[in-house]
Amino acid sequence: MNYIDTGLKVVGTRPIRPDGVDKVTGRAVFAADTRASGMLWGKVLRSPHAHARIVKIDTAKAEALKGVHAVVTAADLPDIPSEEAFVGEGPMNFRDLSRNCMARDKVLYEGHALAAVAASTQEIADAALALIDVTYEVLPHVIDVEAAMLPGAPVLHEDMFTQGVTPKPTQPSNIAKLVSFKKGDIEAGFKDAEVIVEGTYTTAPVHQAYIEPHACMATWAADGQVQIHSSSQGHFMVRAYTAKLLGIDMSNIRVNPAEIGGGFGGKTLIYLEPLAVMLSKKSGRTVKMQMTREDVFKASGPTSGAWMSVKIGAKKDGTIVAAQQVLKFQAGAFAGSPINPGCMCGFAMYDLPNVDVTGYDVVSNRPKVAAYRAPGAPITSFAVESLMDELATTLGIDPLTLREKNAAKNGTKTHYGPVHQNIGFTAVLDAVKSHPHWKSPLPAGQGRGLATGFWFNIGGESSASVHVNEDGSVTAATGSPDIGGSRASIGMMVAEVLGVPATSVRTIVADTASIGFTHVTGGSRVTFATGMAATQAAEKVVEDLKKRAAMTWDIPVDAVEWKDGKAYPAGSNAGAFEPLDLASLALKAARTGGPLIAEVSINAQGAGAGFGAHICDVSVDKETGHVKIERYTAIQDVGKAIHPSYVEGQIQGGAAQGIGWALNEEYIYNAKGLMENAGFLDYRVPVASDVPMIEAVLVEVPNPRHPFGARGVGEVPIVPPMAAIANAIKSATGLRMESLPMSPPKVRAALDAAG
Amino acid sequence: MPKVVLSSGSGGQAFTGGLSELEVEATTFRRLILELDRRYPGLGHQVEEAMAIAIDGEIHQDAYATELRPGSEIYLIPKIGGG
Repeated sequence: MNYIDTGLKVVGTRPIRPDGVDKVTGRAVFAADTRASGMLWGKVLRSPHAHARIVKIDTAKAEALKGVHAVVTAADLPDIPSEEAFVGEGPMNFRDLSRNCMARDKVLYEGHALAAVAASTQEIADAALALIDVTYEVLPHVIDVEAAMLPGAPVLHEDMFTQGVTPKPTQPSNIAKLVSFKKGDIEAGFKDAEVIVEGTYTTAPVHQAYIEPHACMATWAADGQVQIHSSSQGHFMVRAYTAKLLGIDMSNIRVNPAEIGGGFGGKTLIYLEPLAVMLSKKSGRTVKMQMTREDVFKASGPTSGAWMSVKIGAKKDGTIVAAQQVLKFQAGAFAGSPINPGCMCGFAMYDLPNVDVTGYDVVSNRPKVAAYRAPGAPITSFAVESLMDELATTLGIDPLTLREKNAAKNGTKTHYGPVHQNIGFTAVLDAVKSHPHWKSPLPAGQGRGLATGFWFNIGGESSASVHVNEDGSVTAATGSPDIGGSRASIGMMVAEVLGVPATSVRTIVADTASIGFTHVTGGSRVTFATGMAATQAAEKVVEDLKKRAAMTWDIPVDAVEWKDGKAYPAGSNAGAFEPLDLASLALKAARTGGPLIAEVSINAQGAGAGFGAHICDVSVDKETGHVKIERYTAIQDVGKAIHPSYVEGQIQGGAAQGIGWALNEEYIYNAKGLMENAGFLDYRVPVASDVPMIEAVLVEVPNPRHPFGARGVGEVPIVPPMAAIANAIKSATGLRMESLPMSPPKVRAALDAAG
Repeated sequence: MPKVVLSSGSGGQAFTGGLSELEVEATTFRRLILELDRRYPGLGHQVEEAMAIAIDGEIHQDAYATELRPGSEIYLIPKIGGG
């Protein structure tokens, strides 16, 4: 059923968040909070080198230390063959994943794990790590993406031959893959252009910077049953990956999802879990592991840094006739940067006749990248949206007008193939035009920037169950870890269908043995896909409730209607009966067929694409190069906001992370290929004083493929900020900043260079 | 007969000798995969593991039963994840 125009009573309201009290009182149980009787502490020995061959690992002294119960190295894990699969958030090669969790033969970046110990205390575990004797043959390293692509660069993988090149190369390379997306005739397009602008841009790798470090606790029982408690964006993903890496049947692994303290894509793969399980197997005890902040930075995935060139050709009236882009993305030590979405998203906001995009996926001696909110899209959009601003300046056209003139609409064919349907980009641009921020005069000394962004959003596999408890209250269970408010949104959709208040429904995240398979929380999919499953489960319960009422009244079921949480006779011909509410029907459930429950598992299709536009005002301190965000407005088509406060929070959070990406965040390496800023003192994420109140404006163009019109909302808001800020800096200073982060030293240097 | 376009970024053209457009007699996504694999061994596996299908504009992932219409325009594109 579609509820979009049915007079919603719960969906669209702002009830108090169900996880709020636990979180603000410190009672919420995160993975690092877990304890077990007789638990050991697991710690990891990590590489001090950017690139080295492991000649020998001698663990004898560590194993002999009193209090040490187990030591594992790659020799304790199966050496699994190369196998691509799509279980998590992108194509995953299990051989690479295994070797990322525990190095085999070579360490490929500083922080790469190469041994782990389990001991009775953390101090003993640390002492044991110091007793592991590793003989390295240090190899030349390469950090920069362009340097890694040069002939003669140190090669990380002797068996890596660039895919997508014909004929197949005969020499190994750090270029894992070449991809291209073409539409129309790019040469003819540029010939037809009256104005051509070009630019070259770089972005730094940035970490998702979730506050909660990776942590888990694992028990290998005597009968081979494995229990894992961990913080992740998908406990089914943890189960699948751990089972694959260790050669265990999935049915022998039960993963319990902990409360999660941020993920943003970075918790869509595993690091510690297989090590904790193997340490538990060897020691016979429960093993707990947690990363330090330094570990998080050095050994878990940031997103790619990139080098990009962009060229756009247009008519004098602003009509774009050709667009070309080359992207070189850092993948880290193993192939798998978000180069495909990077190539697909940059121009997806526009209706363009001729497009040519080429992308390179490049390995170097950095930690393997992981997904980060709209993977690839913020990077590519920094380049494209910066150059759009330059085009507007060159043509003397208002930047909003330029975007309106070329905006993608329903029916616009993208350069990667599909046709946009049911999108709200023009509604977003209309909202920009009418917003007081856009219309307000710019304060003296400030600059204003505009940028837009796109993300696909996805559906996928989700399971949900709805239980009517004996007293008529309701429990909804799903397999989706809640990182963005999905317990609230799912509970509200269930409540809407059942016709009860949101507070009557308690939503939980069920473990892998208690609910059907559910894909990771990522791709902005949970409220869309899991919400669809929960809605269908609630509808099944309503149908069951109507049958129970019909049985109670001894009338046909089609003579019963469900309204406002009660069964009513459908008209006077059905008979005169007092309505039966949930509590009444639940009380008699044993007499009418047993417990009231329904579970639905689906592969949801029809996720509506998301578009946003951000307006940013900045001032620039010309003495220090410091950029201050003076005003920020983020406008986004959200389909239908199920719980508007959470949606606004997602948009504000995405914008805040984008502000950090734009102005401060970067991995800094020394000449030895070692990271020099692996902590929050030196890797500076925005703090409250750096960010003004971000006004989130919700544009609601319903997605007709969702029962309540919802679209994913969590990823789009991190796409526009970098270009919006760069464009604002240009407006304030006349300087085009083409390299992220636009940190004070770089802005100051640019000001100095400009004289 | 549906027209199938292998997006240049999908990696599928490595199996077809560079052909990017095909006409395939198939009424469902599953039958499309089987037919592609029959014509170009290995392409079916590539489609299943690494590609999504866009039918007349709408992107589907991992859905064998998705119906294809005779005039449908079908794009095979890289599978999409997210963060």
